[in-house]
Amino acid sequence: MRTTTRRSHRLLALAAVAALTTGVLAGCAGDSDSDDSSGSGNNSGGGKTTLTVGTFGVFGYKQAGLYDEYTKLHPDITIKENVTTRTDVYWPKVLTRLQAGSGTDDIQAIEVGNITEAVQTQGSKFVDLGKEVDKSQWLDWKNAQATTADGKLIGLGTDIGPMAICYRKDLFEKAGLETDRTKLAAQWKGDWNKYVAVGKEYMKKAPSGTKFVDSASSVYNAVLNGESERYYDKSGKVIWDKSNGVKNAWDVAMSVATSNMSAKLKQFDKPWDQGYANASFATVACPAWMIGYIQEKSGEAGKGKWDVAAAPTAGNWGGAFIGVPTAGKHQKEAIALAKWLTAPEQQAKVFAKQASFPSAPSAYSTLKAAPATTEFFSNAPITQIFSDAAKTIPAQVFGVKDQPINTALTDIGILQVEQKGKSPDQGWDAATNEIKDVLGQ
Amino acid sequence: MTSPKQALAHPASSAEAAPGSQPGAARGAHGHGTPPEGKSPWRSRLYRWDMKASPYVFIAPFFVIFGAFSLIPLLYTVWYSLHDVQLSSLDTQTWAGLDNYQNLLSSDFFWNALKNTFTIGVISTVPQLMAAIGLAHLLNYRLRGSTVWRVVMLTPYATSVAAATLVFTLLYSWDGGMVNWLLDFVGIDPINWRESDWGSQFAVSSIVIWRWTGYNALIYLAAMQAIPADLYESAAIDGANRWQQFIHVTVPQLRPTILFTVVVSTIGATQLFGEPLLFGGVSGSKGGSEHQYQTLGLYMYDQGWIIGNLGKASAIAWSMFLILLIVAAINLLVTRRLRKTQ
Repeated sequence: MRTTTRRSHRLLALAAVAALTTGVLAGCAGDSDSDDSSGSGNNSGGGKTTLTVGTFGVFGYKQAGLYDEYTKLHPDITIKENVTTRTDVYWPKVLTRLQAGSGTDDIQAIEVGNITEAVQTQGSKFVDLGKEVDKSQWLDWKNAQATTADGKLIGLGTDIGPMAICYRKDLFEKAGLETDRTKLAAQWKGDWNKYVAVGKEYMKKAPSGTKFVDSASSVYNAVLNGESERYYDKSGKVIWDKSNGVKNAWDVAMSVATSNMSAKLKQFDKPWDQGYANASFATVACPAWMIGYIQEKSGEAGKGKWDVAAAPTAGNWGGAFIGVPTAGKHQKEAIALAKWLTAPEQQAKVFAKQASFPSAPSAYSTLKAAPATTEFFSNAPITQIFSDAAKTIPAQVFGVKDQPINTALTDIGILQVEQKGKSPDQGWDAATNEIKDVLGQ
Repeated sequence: MTSPKQALAHPASSAEAAPGSQPGAARGAHGHGTPPEGKSPWRSRLYRWDMKASPYVFIAPFFVIFGAFSLIPLLYTVWYSLHDVQLSSLDTQTWAGLDNYQNLLSSDFFWNALKNTFTIGVISTVPQLMAAIGLAHLLNYRLRGSTVWRVVMLTPYATSVAAATLVFTLLYSWDGGMVNWLLDFVGIDPINWRESDWGSQFAVSSIVIWRWTGYNALIYLAAMQAIPADLYESAAIDGANRWQQFIHVTVPQLRPTILFTVVVSTIGATQLFGEPLLFGGVSGSKGGSEHQYQTLGLYMYDQGWIIGNLGKASAIAWSMFLILLIVAAINLLVTRRLRKTQ
């Protein structure tokens, strides 16, 4: 569940700058922009309202031309997107602005990893969108994640992250493994340990310089995202150390970390990007939104060599919501825009451009992947594969400190085993200490 | 070797006397000159008031901004550090007394960060200043295109931390990075620069060294050029070679400058943040899987903005402030000691 960074690391350089300087500068820019918008709305006489949309990473709205389309339909509206590259920079900024009651954008995106925190602590700072929309458009569990205890819907679902396995057909062939996507999926269906077994098979005749997976942490995330039980129970109690889902994911990850089948890369790091370009790993668990990423990082050289197969278990990795803060100056217009942006037709358009998978099932029948993407992934029926996955995703409960707990397990616990050669028990203990620190115990 | 020492004493004392009294005082007297006689008392009062108040008005903007953006946040941080405050619920603060501080003192992560800050500080500051002084000495010779060399020196400093760190991260990447590739040539096994204990600290310091050496070299160069040439001449007459001149003329003459750079670099090292954060890539605020290069700055950022525990983060901020005060006090003592021996 590398949701902190999903979509975001398209340009690590930008990320870095954002982390250090732009975080502050963009804050200033954002403020002055909202001043501008009220100025133009009230004084300049044009009657135009400027709506600002705060997003992180690449949301795809601009890329899919949705803003242009909307302003054509509504000539009195102009839209400005304030993008922060990294969610770990974006979210604290949103939190402080929500609580200050000023400086928020008219529409504010919320990452799935932060939605529980938003629901539990910021519910009163968002407009209840439940009254504005037909909730049945969205998947039930998607709505449930954004609904407060007293029934307020604070965010409209944008995309979800149904997961498959993307694999290099050419490397599989060289290693003498099955290359057909259906047969391959059948080989590991239902059990991630079978996937690890295929990995062991792969390593026996692996083309030189290649490994089976990018990292043990990504396998951990992939397994965990298919489990119904994560770090918290329904009542909001932390159960991470007793959770069956966590135990299962940890065990699978440990068998990867201790068996030399991992390229030991950190996802969304620069060397990981290079790993795509150099074809240094053969498989990666890919949520729909990662399709565009793989395509971009592998470049022309990877064209037609990648393929997509169904994952052992279906899981959801990532996804986002957009909400309307009550502190916004143009709430009515913002609600209308948020409704339009998340309507099934628009979600289908974003899929066509970015492969971000819709959270509105009625869009599924109309989904079309971009021709370039289809060609890149060996004509794999990606819409079919992801739709099938989406239908069997278990509902997952998130918690307030979900992200830091996950980071502790992957970037402390698993990393120590994978890269420093510690034993699984030592890794688990290190993660435990870290999580105690996170929870203030 | 007596003559350089004698010669040394002379300009130093004169330099110290210079910013003192006579010329400045004379000018001051001039400026304060009494208003021409025969004018109305009102104007003279206005004039005097102007003379007294204007300086305050001129320096006020700094103090207003300092108050708004430094002092108030500073004091507010104290308030936070004594409360249990979460980033997601800033309006509900519960009094915690010194809990946050006690928590820190018993936290392995805090002591680890303090230790890392110190070791990374030492292994980046010491080589950096030594290299800078050497480079400055070389630049101080007559060189063709000296301006070009000096500009080149300053280029790393002008590069953004982000850009520099990104490049270094690639150089140090354990699989296919250029550093490991070169080591491979010499027959050394690849080193996992990001996860090994000393390797990661070395990598982080190398970024700091690369960025700041030129900057310090230029400061040294400026100071070197103020050293009178006759000192070197008399040293040369006494038969001192270049190296002896460097040791016995240049370095003693640079002492105040060296102290200055040591103080500035120490402060910089205590606040080290950007380089390790970006070097760590994703989840860089952890400073590696064993926190092996997590500095105090990173620990504070991690607690405050990633974990969301603002109370504890504020306590770390204040601890850092106290540590800086202690460092400054030590510096002051050392400076005094050195002045006396001089």
